[in-house]
Amino acid sequence: MRLLTHNMLSSNIKGVTNGFPLRIEVEKVVEKPVDFNADFLKNMFAKIEWKALVDASRILGYAELPDEAEPSMLDSDDFLKKFHHALLELHLEEGALVCPETDRRFPVTKGIPNMLLHEDEDINNSAAFLNADTV
Amino acid sequence: MWYLCVFYHRLLDYRKPEVESLAELFGAFKDSNSDNNGNPQKKSLEWRLPQDHHPDSPFHFVNLPSEVIARSIANRSILVKGIYELWGEGSSYEELEEAVKGYPDERKLPYLTSESTFKITVDSFGKVISFQEQNDRIRGFSYIPFKGRVNLRNPEHKFWLMETDDYGSNNGLPPVVQRRIFFGREVGAADRKLLPTYQLKSRTYLGPTAMDAEMAFLMANQALVTPGKLVFDPFVGTGSILIAAAHFGAMTMGADIDIRVVRDGRGPDCNVWSNFKQYGLPMPISLLRADNNLPPWRPGLKEVFDAIICDPPYGVRAGGRKSGGRKLLKGVVGPYTVPDDKRTDHIPSTAAYSLVECVHDLLDLAARMLVMGGRLVFFYPVLREDDSIDSNFPEHPCFKLVASCEQILSFRYSRVLLTMVKTGSYTEEIAESARIKHLEFKENHLKWLEDGNLHSAVFSPADPQLGETGDTKFKESKPKYRGKYV
Repeated sequence: MRLLTHNMLSSNIKGVTNGFPLRIEVEKVVEKPVDFNADFLKNMFAKIEWKALVDASRILGYAELPDEAEPSMLDSDDFLKKFHHALLELHLEEGALVCPETDRRFPVTKGIPNMLLHEDEDINNSAAFLNADTV
Repeated sequence: MWYLCVFYHRLLDYRKPEVESLAELFGAFKDSNSDNNGNPQKKSLEWRLPQDHHPDSPFHFVNLPSEVIARSIANRSILVKGIYELWGEGSSYEELEEAVKGYPDERKLPYLTSESTFKITVDSFGKVISFQEQNDRIRGFSYIPFKGRVNLRNPEHKFWLMETDDYGSNNGLPPVVQRRIFFGREVGAADRKLLPTYQLKSRTYLGPTAMDAEMAFLMANQALVTPGKLVFDPFVGTGSILIAAAHFGAMTMGADIDIRVVRDGRGPDCNVWSNFKQYGLPMPISLLRADNNLPPWRPGLKEVFDAIICDPPYGVRAGGRKSGGRKLLKGVVGPYTVPDDKRTDHIPSTAAYSLVECVHDLLDLAARMLVMGGRLVFFYPVLREDDSIDSNFPEHPCFKLVASCEQILSFRYSRVLLTMVKTGSYTEEIAESARIKHLEFKENHLKWLEDGNLHSAVFSPADPQLGETGDTKFKESKPKYRGKYV
């Protein structure tokens, strides 16, 4: 799981109001090179929660990202490279994502986060969705 | 300028939409974003048919702003056999000669110089021309002052002579009223070599619903996939759709509710990752196990994907699943409380996920997560009756339908590839109005899709109500011209 994914996910357990960012428990981190694409990074920058990315990258052992970032920094190649590395090349191969409110663990195995909820966590709030009488 | 656009005689409904999509991708509509009054203009190309041609004919004329755009479209497409600068056409070789001679020299001479290399190919549609006849026809071009050297392997300029004739109408091809001959210079042609490279039979990891390579590339073209775009497939399965997107350079992301498919596959060298590795493609940015019905995206996250491409499970070859047991969702039982010691390995129960709900969730997800102008490309099943289909497709206030392409799968059932573009931003109010609209849609059009109707339409061959009269009618009405069946 790359940190881009981590930056997009939250705990969607019923009743949890602030399930983001998920805490990371690290068992194994790997680095996988990805082709550099500056336009992609510039597009993504506006959509990223910067603080969550910085914190997550530090947990995975990469401390090069600045605490604060602003769009003007995207002109610097050096910054883009670090951003690229943190966002796309660091992988959580084994470990877990933990809901900040309930401490529920979402396991990450073989790089794949399992975000599926158990029965008692999610009674489908859209279960009644297609019953016409709820309109 | 008008070009001759010749298609492969396949997937007839998909041919023009592919060219239109690629025209948009390569900037054919850049200058016409709005007319003088600032109204957005319709982004479509002008098309014309050769004299007396059936709309299903492979020969079409299309107006494109430049040769560069024409070449880009043809080279990227899957269904365009070639786009040509037409030097002449006619219903006989005499007429053709006159037309070619009348075509301005300043358009012809730059391609006939002595330093250049060239090749002439003779092609036909609906008939066979023997090698001897081909040579005769090429020699017949002595009236064109070719000065260059012939190079059959790697010519700079490729010229094509194409002929179509009245071949009788019983062979399933579109009828031809009159012989028509075209001569032109090739501007670009599809790279169909992609298809054998990516064909499913050579792919390591396959599932029962893996998307055929040709269709996956068409879907990627409809979605305007280019390098650096982020493409998401919420029903990723073995990754067959994302492979086409990755081939065109996209960053890919996929989710699936079945963790065995995305995480384990059939072993360490037979899984979604290995499929990408097999073709030397960049790995997906992310694969995760998630439920399309309860997506795990953080609140406030929106407009991140450039395209969403998928083949939703509609219960024919694979049924959709969502979280929650059947009884749980009906409210018959309360949720099962998972004992603390079993939480780690607990496998939550799932329930059938109807197409109606699935399509609603997909539109809702796309409305929120696509960038403005981003595209949603997905298959939608339809029941065929009387050779026509119910043309009511799901709608959403944030989306405009730009193309619907039917692929007939059986006598009673087809699937339609819908291409939608996001034109409005997503708000809670819009989400609610879309939900109500979708309920009406369900009432009116989707009854048959529920409760296994679609499944039985596909798997039980004849409608029992038709009885014997129906059967004979069926035999008589068996179409000679197969049209969209190809």
